[in-house]
Amino acid sequence: MALDATTALAGRPMTPAGGGTLQRLARRRSTIAFLMTLPLIAVIAGLVVYPAGYAIYLATLNRRMTGFIGLGNFEILLESETFRMVIWQSCFFAVTAVILKALFGFWLASMLHHIPTKGQRIWRGMLLLPWVVPPALSTLGWWWMFDPSYSSINWVLTAIGGPAIPWLGEPWWARVSVILVNVWAGTPFFMIMYLAALKSVPDQLYEAAAIDGATGWQGLRYVTLPMMRNIISITVLFSLIVTFANYDIVRVLTNGGPRDLTHVFASYAFQVGILSGNIPRGAAVSLFMFPILAGIAFFVLRGVTQRNKEMA
Amino acid sequence: MSRQQISRRTALRSGAGVVAAGALSAPMVHAQGTGGSLRFAFWDHWVPGGNDALKKLCGEWGAKNNVNVSLDFINTTGNQLQLTSAAQFQSGNGHDGISLTPWDVGAYSDKLEPVDDVIGRLEAKYGTINPVAKFLAVHGGKWRGVPATSGTQNKPACVRYDLLQQHAGIDIRAMWPADNKRGPGADTWTWETFLKAAEACHKAGVPFGLPMGQFSDAVDWVGAMFLGHGAQITNAKGEPTVKGNDKLRQAIDYGVRLSKFLPADVWAWDDASNNRALISGKAALVFNPPSAWAVAKRDNIAVAEKCWTVPMPAGPAGRFIAYLPFTTGIWSFGKNKGAAKAMLEFLSQRESAELTTNTSGGYDIPPFASMTDFKIWETQNPPVGTIYNYPLKPHHEAKTSIAFDPAPPELAAQMYIQALNTKVIARVAQGGETIDQAMGWLEREINNMRRG
Repeated sequence: MALDATTALAGRPMTPAGGGTLQRLARRRSTIAFLMTLPLIAVIAGLVVYPAGYAIYLATLNRRMTGFIGLGNFEILLESETFRMVIWQSCFFAVTAVILKALFGFWLASMLHHIPTKGQRIWRGMLLLPWVVPPALSTLGWWWMFDPSYSSINWVLTAIGGPAIPWLGEPWWARVSVILVNVWAGTPFFMIMYLAALKSVPDQLYEAAAIDGATGWQGLRYVTLPMMRNIISITVLFSLIVTFANYDIVRVLTNGGPRDLTHVFASYAFQVGILSGNIPRGAAVSLFMFPILAGIAFFVLRGVTQRNKEMA
Repeated sequence: MSRQQISRRTALRSGAGVVAAGALSAPMVHAQGTGGSLRFAFWDHWVPGGNDALKKLCGEWGAKNNVNVSLDFINTTGNQLQLTSAAQFQSGNGHDGISLTPWDVGAYSDKLEPVDDVIGRLEAKYGTINPVAKFLAVHGGKWRGVPATSGTQNKPACVRYDLLQQHAGIDIRAMWPADNKRGPGADTWTWETFLKAAEACHKAGVPFGLPMGQFSDAVDWVGAMFLGHGAQITNAKGEPTVKGNDKLRQAIDYGVRLSKFLPADVWAWDDASNNRALISGKAALVFNPPSAWAVAKRDNIAVAEKCWTVPMPAGPAGRFIAYLPFTTGIWSFGKNKGAAKAMLEFLSQRESAELTTNTSGGYDIPPFASMTDFKIWETQNPPVGTIYNYPLKPHHEAKTSIAFDPAPPELAAQMYIQALNTKVIARVAQGGETIDQAMGWLEREINNMRRG
């Protein structure tokens, strides 16, 4: 053995530079992390990125998919009255449904928050049910309740002397029906998120507000809502994206009718692209959502970031 | 979707012979014992048990020809069948052959195997094929599929003759008896008479159950009504013929007037709604094949035994019957096209067609005029003769029709799926527009669909 390390080191043959680098690379946490998330990345790439890219490519083709027409499909769509109505309907449907879900969700969360913990679990479970049942199945149930010939809701209404409502046959009632089902199915998500947010608001803030003479309404406005702003923003954004892209409720309940007056982007894309055999035009319809949603996401997330910076 | 698997082992075990080429005009050129396999997707029948004929026939054929035949039955509820064919066309992968709805043959003709050899032999034997079925199946000068018996249907009027007599004073059975002749008053069975009868039944609380939504039952009967008024919305090149089209204006006006006497929800009806309306006893008349009557026979015999099928009313341009032909196409990417052609030729033989029609209770209509004399249509009951006038017969003095004829298939498929004919009526009846405004919208929609 050498007297000092240098002699020993000088005598030892040099390991190849590549092997050392590789070993270091393999041992780094970021490499391990990347390898462990590789299956997820592959799924996202295969099921999200690739179809999105392919849809963008398809949207630039002519109907028979034999020639490139650039933005021609988007131009043709914007000239169609039906499609302009679909844009308006999608925005109306998404905004109305999300506002209602947020309001009902907050109200339910507040009610739940004030129930003793023992009883909360049962109520939480029951109120979550509409959200956990597969939407196509629950919508089928609603469709039967709205059925033109056998509506159970109309049966009750007529039994108490009220008029039978054409739930799916009259345009505005059809829109109400679609929004109603979406609100019924989506409210539990808001409820559970807001319940968690309410529980995270420190009680001391409410005590301090009470000492200062704040009423319940002032407590809500100056303590609860500001503390929940980020959660509200994120849930509204998430729900807007999902509601905008809603397909199953419209498809099962109204199929876009009557007269295309309940079509949203996804259902209209299916009708134009798949059923009518114009796949590039259908791809263009579905891509229309992207700039709208990207814009909304940008502004909402910017607000969240700014608030976080202020709080920090 | 249901699946029927007939394995080669089962066929051999039952002692079936090999290659009954005598049953077919075209011998299969395969090495003995290596018939291969076939996978077909057929339309799932509305009539309970309606798929049994195809299962039996394909099983027999497969056993005789040593071919492993596998069947899937896909229904059109929620457009599942159309979605399947669209996906297979796009992906270039799937069944060997598939049932195609009327306009899909044209939309997918690029990937459908020509079957002129099969059609040539069939027409030599049974006469010409229904002109509407031919119009839909021939593209680029070639037959792109074999017009099918299973699923092919007319949509004449299925009438509650008791209610029509009681409230509208029309003896529909006398007008259209179960015989090859017209009865007294048959010439008065026009759309105007129909309108008066609709009003009377509406007042009596048993309105006509006519859908006005976006599904095929609605599009088909309105299409026949339009053609009965001489109203075509495009020419054969797909150019709109809306502006200044008085016949179209009359047809739309008629549709608006008629809709006042229909249930308020007809704008949202799907293809099963009119069936439910008849079976529940709430409707005096529907336009439908005998499936509604068949289900009423099972579930509500009091309604079924009062049903009588008659041709659609006549308009100024003649009597047109809504006709919905299915065509079985063989994908060009299929792996056993020879066997596929042979099997479809077998299914088109008179014996096979008659079994198919009998099994469906008279619902299925073969594409040959020479096959409209099956006994089932005379004997089906109750009451006896109820569907005698279901297939098109010479004394009806009518033609079969398909909505949006004579538009090219690429355009017609879009107009059909988007139900432009019912929508243009709805814009006036429900939307409050004038007929001119609605026709203007129609022309713009057609031009938009033609672009790209």
